[in-house]
Amino acid sequence: MKLYEHSAKKIFQKEGIPIPPGEIARSGEEAQMIAEKMKKAVAIKSQVLVGGRGKAGGIKFTDTPQKAAKITRKLLSTQIKGEAVNMVLVEHKAEIQKEFYVSIATDRSSRKPLIMASGEGGVDIEDLANNRPEKIIKYHVNPLDEFLPYQAREIARKMEVGSEFISSVGAIIWKLFQVFQKYDAHLAEINPLVITPEGVLAADAKLDLDDDSIYRHSELKNLEEFESEEFAFVKLEGDIAVIGNGAGLTLTGMDMIKLNGGEPATFLDIGGGASPEIIKKALNLVIMHPPVKVIFLNVLGGITRADDVARGVINALKDTPWDVPLVIRLTGTNEEEGQRLLSNAGVSYETSMEDAAKKAVEICKSL
Amino acid sequence: MIILDKNTKCLVQGITGKQGAFHTEQMLEYHTNIVAGVTPGKGGQKFGPLTVYDSVEAVTEVMDVNTSIIFVPAPFAKDAAFEAISQLDTVIIITEHIPVQDSMQIMEYAQRMDTTVVGPNTPGIISPGVGKLGIMPAHIFQPGDIGIVSRSGTLTYEFAHQISRSGKGQSTCVGIGGDPVVGLEFATVLQKFEDDPDTRAMVMIGEIGGNAEEKAAQYIEKNISKPVIAYIAGTTAPPGKRMGHAGAIIEGDSGTAASKIQALEEVGVHVVEKPSDMVNIIKEF
Repeated sequence: MKLYEHSAKKIFQKEGIPIPPGEIARSGEEAQMIAEKMKKAVAIKSQVLVGGRGKAGGIKFTDTPQKAAKITRKLLSTQIKGEAVNMVLVEHKAEIQKEFYVSIATDRSSRKPLIMASGEGGVDIEDLANNRPEKIIKYHVNPLDEFLPYQAREIARKMEVGSEFISSVGAIIWKLFQVFQKYDAHLAEINPLVITPEGVLAADAKLDLDDDSIYRHSELKNLEEFESEEFAFVKLEGDIAVIGNGAGLTLTGMDMIKLNGGEPATFLDIGGGASPEIIKKALNLVIMHPPVKVIFLNVLGGITRADDVARGVINALKDTPWDVPLVIRLTGTNEEEGQRLLSNAGVSYETSMEDAAKKAVEICKSL
Repeated sequence: MIILDKNTKCLVQGITGKQGAFHTEQMLEYHTNIVAGVTPGKGGQKFGPLTVYDSVEAVTEVMDVNTSIIFVPAPFAKDAAFEAISQLDTVIIITEHIPVQDSMQIMEYAQRMDTTVVGPNTPGIISPGVGKLGIMPAHIFQPGDIGIVSRSGTLTYEFAHQISRSGKGQSTCVGIGGDPVVGLEFATVLQKFEDDPDTRAMVMIGEIGGNAEEKAAQYIEKNISKPVIAYIAGTTAPPGKRMGHAGAIIEGDSGTAASKIQALEEVGVHVVEKPSDMVNIIKEF
C-alpha cells in the first residue's frame, strides 16, 4: 500500500523526523486560507501515488495566497500520469541550502533491508545509480541485529554532509529505519532531505507498506489509501479480460493472448480453491470494466475444483444479462464433472490454454 | 530426486488446522513419509495414524525427524518457522501472506542454523512416486527425469501436466515461492538437479519481479551442464503493479520479463514463449 506524501509525513512527524509545516487543501479557498495563515512562500504539492510528479508539473510555488488558490484549482482539475489530483499539500517552501537522498528498501536479492543514501539529493536515484554509482552509499542491515545510531551517523559521514550535520542527518536516517521496521514498509524514502536555516527537514516523504502486515497495524486501516480487496485485480489497456487461478497461470494467460495478436484488458487471479460464488463475482467484476469485449477464463484446477468453476460460470450466466463472449479453458481436479456440467448447460469449453487463448483472440477480432 | 527422497521424515506444523488437516490426509494418501504433527496445546491427540505433539522439540525427543512442513496462519508463521529451523534440516513454508520483514528474519536465522527453507507462499515439493510435501494435485505428476523449479504454483501444474501427457515425467518439482523474499533460490535448486542422477534436464519457470532469474543465468553459465529450458511469465505485465504474487512486480526498470529472457538466452538457456514449445523440446531428449 503506497501512502500519499501527507500521510507518510504524519507518520514521520509522529516518529520524530522533522517535516515542513503544512496542511491539506481540497479546494482553492482552503489553499488560500492555509497560505494566508502561513504568511510565507508556499509549495503546493499534488497528492498522488504515481512517481515523478515534480517533472510532470504537479508541484508549484507561490508567495501570494491568491495565487495559491488559483494554482490549487488548476492542479485539482488535472491528472498526473493518468491519476486524478483530489487534494494538494500546502506547505512552507523550504529555503534549501543543501539536498540529500535517503531510502530504505527490502533488498530481495540479499534478503535484508538496504539503506541507500547520497550526498546528492533531489535527483532521480535510478539515474544516479546508472551514471554515478560511486555517489550512492549502500548499507545492508542484518534483520536479526539492532541497527544502532552510530551506524546511521557513519552513513551520514560517508554522504559528506559536513561535520556539523552528522548528528542531525544520522538521527533522521536512524529514525527512518525505525519507521521502516515499525510500519512494515517495503520502501521508506526521503528525497530530498534538505538543510534549511530552520534545520534538517524531510522535504518529501514516500512510504510503501507491506499489505500482508496490515493485520498488525490496525490504525492504518483508517487511512484513505487502504482498500480491502477480494481479488488480485489489475486493469489493463486491451479488450480481452483474462481470469485465471493462480498468479503465474493468469500472467501466462495474458501473455498467450498477446502472442496470438490480442490485448489483455484485465489480470484477475481468483486464487486457490475458489468457490462457485467467487467465480461468479470475478466474471461480474470484469464485465463492469467497459473495454472488455471477450472474457478468457483459464483454469487448471489444483486446489481449485473444475466442477466448482463450472457451477460458478453456469450461475453467473443464469443471473446476468450476458452479451460478452466467454472462452473457457477448464482442466485439472474434477475436470470430468466440470466439463460435463458445462456441456449439459450448453456452454462450450477448451482443454488447452493455448487453443483457448487463440480462440478468444479470434472471437474478439471478429466482433 | 532432490530434497524430498527416501530419507525424508517430516512433521506437520499446524496439522489440526483446516488446511493442515486436509493436506496431511492428501500427503499420507500419496504415501509421503509423514511421522508426526505439531499443534501447541493439542499434544497427545491422534490424527489418523499420527500422534500430535505440543512442540517440534517434543517430536525430536521421541523420534527421528529431519523436515517440517508449515501450514500455520501468517501471524504465527514466523514463530513456527524459527521453532522448526532450530531443530531440523529442511523447512517448507506453505503459508501465504507472511509479512516480508518476518521472512527476512526467518531467512537470516535459517542461514545461521544452516537449514534449508523452501517458500514461503509455495505449493511445496513433489518427487512423483516417492512423496509430496505440499498442496499440489498429485494426479498431474508422473515419475520421470525432468526436474522443475518454479516461482508459481499453477504454472508448475501447467508444465507438469503437459510433460506428463506427452509421456514423460518429473524427477522432482520444487516451488520456491511467489514472495519477494524466499529461502531457496533458483541456483541452489539447479545445482541439486545438476548433481542428481535421476534428473536429465531442468525446466525453470520464472516471472516478473526481482532479479532471481538474472542471478540464475549467471550461475548456469558457470556451473550447469545439463540442459535448462526456461519460461518467464509476465511479458505483458505493466510496471508498478503487483500481479497476484507479492513478488511479481516490475519496479522502475528492474524485474521485466525482457531482462530475464535476455539474461537467460545469453548463457544458452532455451527460453520458450509458450508451454507447448517446451514439451516439443523435451520430446527430443
